Amino acid sequence: MHDMSAHAVQHHAPTSFIRKYVFSLDHKVIGKQYYALALVAAFVGMFLSWMMRIHLAWTNAAIPGLQLLSKTGAPGGVMTPDYYLQLMTMHGTIMVFFVLTTAPFAAFGNFFLPIQVGAEDMPFPRFNMMSFWVTFSAFIVLMASFFVGDGPTLGGWTQYAPLNAVGSIGGPGQGSGVILWAASIGLFCVGQLLGALNFITTTLDLRVKGMSLMRLPLSAWAWFITSCMGLTAFAVLMPACILVILDHVAGTSFFVASNLVLNDQLVPHSGGSTLLWQHLFWFFGHPEVYIAIVPGIGIISHILIANMRRPMLSHRTLIYSMGALAVLSYMVYGHHMFVSGMNPFSSLAFSFPTLVITIPSTIIVLIATFSLYGAKLRINSASLFSLGFISMFVSGGVSGFFLAQPSIDIMLHATYFVVGHFHLVMGVAAMFGIFAGTYFWFPKMVGRMMNETLGKIHFWLSFVGAYCIFMPFHYLGMAGNVRRYSTFVDDFLQPLIPVHRFITVAALITGAAQLVFLYNLIHSRFWGKPATDNPWEATSLEWSTATPPPFDNFGGKHPVVYHDPYQYGVQSSVGDYVMQASPEQVKTEEEEK
Amino acid sequence: MATTIPEPPQIDPHRLPGPKHSGNGGWRDLVPPNGAPRVALHHSPPPSSTGIYVVLFAITMMFAAFSSALIVRKGSSLDWQTFTLPSILYINTLILLASSVTLEVARRRVATFMGGLKSHAESPTRWLYITLSLGLLFVAGQYFAWSQLRTEGLYLATNPSSSFFYVLTATHALHVLGGLGGLIYVIRMLGKSALRRSTLDATARYWHFMDVLWLYLLCLLWMKL
Repeated sequence: MHDMSAHAVQHHAPTSFIRKYVFSLDHKVIGKQYYALALVAAFVGMFLSWMMRIHLAWTNAAIPGLQLLSKTGAPGGVMTPDYYLQLMTMHGTIMVFFVLTTAPFAAFGNFFLPIQVGAEDMPFPRFNMMSFWVTFSAFIVLMASFFVGDGPTLGGWTQYAPLNAVGSIGGPGQGSGVILWAASIGLFCVGQLLGALNFITTTLDLRVKGMSLMRLPLSAWAWFITSCMGLTAFAVLMPACILVILDHVAGTSFFVASNLVLNDQLVPHSGGSTLLWQHLFWFFGHPEVYIAIVPGIGIISHILIANMRRPMLSHRTLIYSMGALAVLSYMVYGHHMFVSGMNPFSSLAFSFPTLVITIPSTIIVLIATFSLYGAKLRINSASLFSLGFISMFVSGGVSGFFLAQPSIDIMLHATYFVVGHFHLVMGVAAMFGIFAGTYFWFPKMVGRMMNETLGKIHFWLSFVGAYCIFMPFHYLGMAGNVRRYSTFVDDFLQPLIPVHRFITVAALITGAAQLVFLYNLIHSRFWGKPATDNPWEATSLEWSTATPPPFDNFGGKHPVVYHDPYQYGVQSSVGDYVMQASPEQVKTEEEEK
Repeated sequence: MATTIPEPPQIDPHRLPGPKHSGNGGWRDLVPPNGAPRVALHHSPPPSSTGIYVVLFAITMMFAAFSSALIVRKGSSLDWQTFTLPSILYINTLILLASSVTLEVARRRVATFMGGLKSHAESPTRWLYITLSLGLLFVAGQYFAWSQLRTEGLYLATNPSSSFFYVLTATHALHVLGGLGGLIYVIRMLGKSALRRSTLDATARYWHFMDVLWLYLLCLLWMKL
């Protein structure tokens, strides 16, 4: 390591409580803040899904206490169809934005990207702090819609036009609820753009000596690629949110067509394009799926490699595949719009890249599984969740082949088949990535180990539970069960109610299993076994610094990188691995022979 | 698989700071306390030179979204009414272009000083103030254009064409105001002899980009309105 000269250290650790824990400029504190936000959001989102599932399975059953959340939406604890949609919208919005984007990308990325490239912080710490607090405000604004006017919006997380722009005629929450939703998401975009600025410049400019781009760990690559996607996607969603707000408050007509009559009232707008919203939204929305999943791919690869004790079959191919996902994600967004009335030729044009994007996805999965072949995998909570990630990604991804074809998608689009597909491939898989990252990096983040037994219990309950919840969704979809309906009591879907009840019970149990995780997280934070600097015998730079890392990450020194990130299966003085920052020259086992 | 290299390769010799600093240590101390700013030149360009392109890319995407919305909205219905752009816009354009020239004069003067080619900078502050005034004049001119449209009865919600006119010009004006904030920061840092070359360059790039963006918007509005 090189000593830094005296005046290079201008980065003094803060002493006041506010600068240290609240408005902190330290990327590690900001990362933890993001994680805490995602944790709260995840439990709120999960609670909402419980409410919806109970209502779907036992439609007339009163949920005790629900009337406290909304007197009009759930009189006597039984939710109205409108309120079901409001809860569904909030569940989707909270989960997609404040959990799946926030945790794997903003939380872990903030904490570990600078350390993995060897920097002492992000280049623009003030923007970084703003990034978190703007995102936090966005969450507060979104939550506020529960308590304002007639509740949150009911338009779904995609907020399709014209419903998003007609005001309260459209139903409860379509007035103030939509404005708060759009304001919240607009703010969220600002937060993520500031984050992307820091992530990109950190990766490109702050790498230490010897850290060439190809020597970056896969997780760092994933965050870099994700931030490039976020930069492009959120910069498009923000103007869309501005236009929606203008349609509401300024009387413009961007998204509402002429002569629209809703609830027997003529909507005072003219000539707007409803498809325009879908184009703007999905240009963001599809890359958003990859913004949620690519960090997971990077994280689980990083973890699997450390536990397999061997690198992936091809480091480069994995990176290029993640890059290909990022580029292709912009060319496939129209597959969300096959049933929108778009020109059928456009459908064809969007269908082809959608099938093509399965190629890099498949390459990633095949590299991971073939690398696992014959490896003596160390089984722990982190590696189990990484395997779970691959399983969920494959199971959810396979149904994507069906949905990618317009002719099949038309049948399945409005059914639970799609719900099952995206929950597995994007929701559960990304959540498993978050869990894997948590079990793996928790020791470095707080200096204590998590309880492995509880972690494994958490894994098996979540793994089996997730399949019990989301596999029957595919069956429901093929049986014609439409999505977004709040009740199936008196119609042809009556025979499917037992399946819904099974799913609900599975959801309640799987949700309860997350309390095991929460207990483990909190208990280990205070009473866990103290962690060593490198408990997993891993090689990347985050493991060559102290646990938890000092304020400037490497204690006033800058590491120098001598090796590729994953030097496992070698014979060195410390064991079967050599750290990136270690100048030791080693030979692989093959070379020894 | 193990590749061991006895000497670590350097990423890019131009990016590495001086011998006293290694790795990323360089970017924090470009301006030593109470030191002359030109010392900074011997070190690596800091992340603001990359960062500014990231920012400009995001702004480009934002205006691309607005532009495609305009084109789609115009084609989706027959209610699009054209109107003549207020002539003050052309004067505003000249003002903004002039501000770019003055900023470039200031930037070059500071750059030659920082590069050690001259022992003192020839009144760069004056040129920066001129740029600042021209920028303010541009925003005021835009405001004048809006009031002119209002007197003609064209408000934000009157017609999609006027909606887009207000949205595009207002968003651009907000970004120009952001650039003015950057200029004020540059002037303040220059006064303290603590200006980083990269900050100045980034501000200038942002400002010139506002010019190009405005020319693009003017063409778009001229063609579509």
